[in-house]
Amino acid sequence: MRMCDPPGSLERDPNVNFAYLDERTKRMIRRALLKAVCIPGHQVAFGSREMPLPYGWGTGGIQVTASILGPRDVLKVIDQGSDDTVNAVNIRRFFQRTAGVAVTTDTTRADIIQTRHRIPETPLREGQILVFQVPAPEPMQRLEPRQSETRKMHGLAEYGLMHVKLYEDIAHYGHIATTYDYPVLVNNRYVMSPSPIPKFDNPKLNMSPALQLFGAGREKRIYAVPPYTAVTSLAFDDHPFEVQRWESGCALCGSRASFLDEVLTDDHGGRMFVCSDSDYCTSRQGADVRSVISDGG
Amino acid sequence: MYVAVKGGERAIENSQALLAELRRGDPSVAELSIEQIRLQLRLAVDRIMTEGSLYDPELAALALKQASGDAIEAIFLLRAYRTTLPRLGYSVPLDTGKMRLWRRVSATFKDLPGGQILGPTYDYTQRLLDFALLAGTPVPPAPRLPADAEPVPAVLDLLDQEGLIEAESASCGDPEPHDLTREPMRFPASRAARLQNLARADEGFILALGYSTQRGYAHSHPFAGEVRFGSVEVELVPEELGFAVSIGELEVTECQMINQFAGSKSQPPQFTRGYGLAFGHSERKAMAMSLVDRALRAPELGEAIDSPAQMEEFVLSHSDSLEASGFVQHLKLPHYVDFQSELELVRRLRINAVQQDEPT
Repeated sequence: MRMCDPPGSLERDPNVNFAYLDERTKRMIRRALLKAVCIPGHQVAFGSREMPLPYGWGTGGIQVTASILGPRDVLKVIDQGSDDTVNAVNIRRFFQRTAGVAVTTDTTRADIIQTRHRIPETPLREGQILVFQVPAPEPMQRLEPRQSETRKMHGLAEYGLMHVKLYEDIAHYGHIATTYDYPVLVNNRYVMSPSPIPKFDNPKLNMSPALQLFGAGREKRIYAVPPYTAVTSLAFDDHPFEVQRWESGCALCGSRASFLDEVLTDDHGGRMFVCSDSDYCTSRQGADVRSVISDGG
Repeated sequence: MYVAVKGGERAIENSQALLAELRRGDPSVAELSIEQIRLQLRLAVDRIMTEGSLYDPELAALALKQASGDAIEAIFLLRAYRTTLPRLGYSVPLDTGKMRLWRRVSATFKDLPGGQILGPTYDYTQRLLDFALLAGTPVPPAPRLPADAEPVPAVLDLLDQEGLIEAESASCGDPEPHDLTREPMRFPASRAARLQNLARADEGFILALGYSTQRGYAHSHPFAGEVRFGSVEVELVPEELGFAVSIGELEVTECQMINQFAGSKSQPPQFTRGYGLAFGHSERKAMAMSLVDRALRAPELGEAIDSPAQMEEFVLSHSDSLEASGFVQHLKLPHYVDFQSELELVRRLRINAVQQDEPT
């Protein structure tokens, strides 16, 4: 049984509209999404609503998911790659309560995957939608905080500021010192924040068969990478883009191809490395382990 | 060990049960009623209505109870409720000149038509703890203004007659201004959008920014032309009627700040305005707001922008308590993945640094 039916089953709340937002708001968001898909990587301003979850905790992703979710869709929610962190659980419960949709932890079975900070290790397929929660949609915000300025830079495709920043990293450290939220160029036109995924995940953005939608609630922006769109991580010819590597494999499933979290096991410096993607890890460990973890939460 | 991160579902349920228990406190002590909060903590209720941008004292009191008295949490509850409400129409602008006054003071004229009305204020209370309240004592009735008092004209209208102060002009798009809760803020913002943002803004943030303008960061020589608090009618023009009908009354605090302006090549010297409005009795908020509104008018008045309170994007992007509170506190959320990436980088940088230090 791969469905994750949480204990204390959640009834759909009849007092709220399907997926919480009213239909006109959903339509407004879908229009913004359409525009975003038409201009890959371009940030579309939208009338972000005040959600019953705090800003910075996924309000943008939640609004995007709420606008595209249908009653027969199967939803998966992850945070840091895991279905079981409290924030992922909370958002999944929100949609169970407001939309009564089926939920899963299985990446292959999900129609919509809402994520914070990771792209699943299991390759996505056509027809799937990955919804990213985005804290800071403007890739150049830390270099130029004024939107009025960054908007112009995007309009003119004037990304010198970003290249200078990356060059200065190389001058200081010998290589680019950005490890997550690593800027990408979408469809050879817009520089885009991939959200704070580790740069390990950046190659998965490129030519993905799935539709990738990005929602930033607090900053009121939506953007998208349509299926099979070229996404390149910024780099220089003599300093090509590289992803993180680990010296060992996952301590639980042995994978050497996944992003590993470091877990402290005692207070004498003992540590182990395990997959951050919990579904990927448990499926590699076999069905027995998976069912044990599902019972626990 | 690793399994400790599982079980989020049960943790959330247990956490909510604990929260409910702590909110209620000792069950042998009588529970607070919404009525008690609404009537006896009215200033807290007013702040929640102002920043929650919903005028409903009962729901604001409920939010305050549910939030165990945390103002920002209560504002959050009220905003999340408000976002689902349908827009039935737009009222005509409030006529604060017709306000039924509780209080009205001007710092610019000793006496003026309508007079100074001190009303209920903490200003002259000497802030000594009133130990009688520990026991709870009955309060004698206070003298009131006659209920049929004539409306009192706004002080600034008197200056306006002489042309000494800039005329107040309706902003672009009136009477259907930009609705911040429906459309994203864009920069440069219209004054209507700015005032909406400031009205909903965190009182502490606006207070500090307003204060900064008095300490040399964007000085604008302010005078409190008028601060008034009372109730005003809300009027709506239903399409099928074609004339305004009153749909209710609300209490507001309004501040009209008068500021110096030296004039320019095209304009003779004239006083300028800063405006503040808040639901209920919220003088600190309304006054601070009027200072910040005036500071943000710098580009329009051709003033140099060199202080934080004049920087539109800085002020308006950081004024909302929910945006700020949510994003600051999102740091509590797991960041294992980002941190792991940084950890790996710092370890690598340290190895490189050690290798460089070693003699060759």
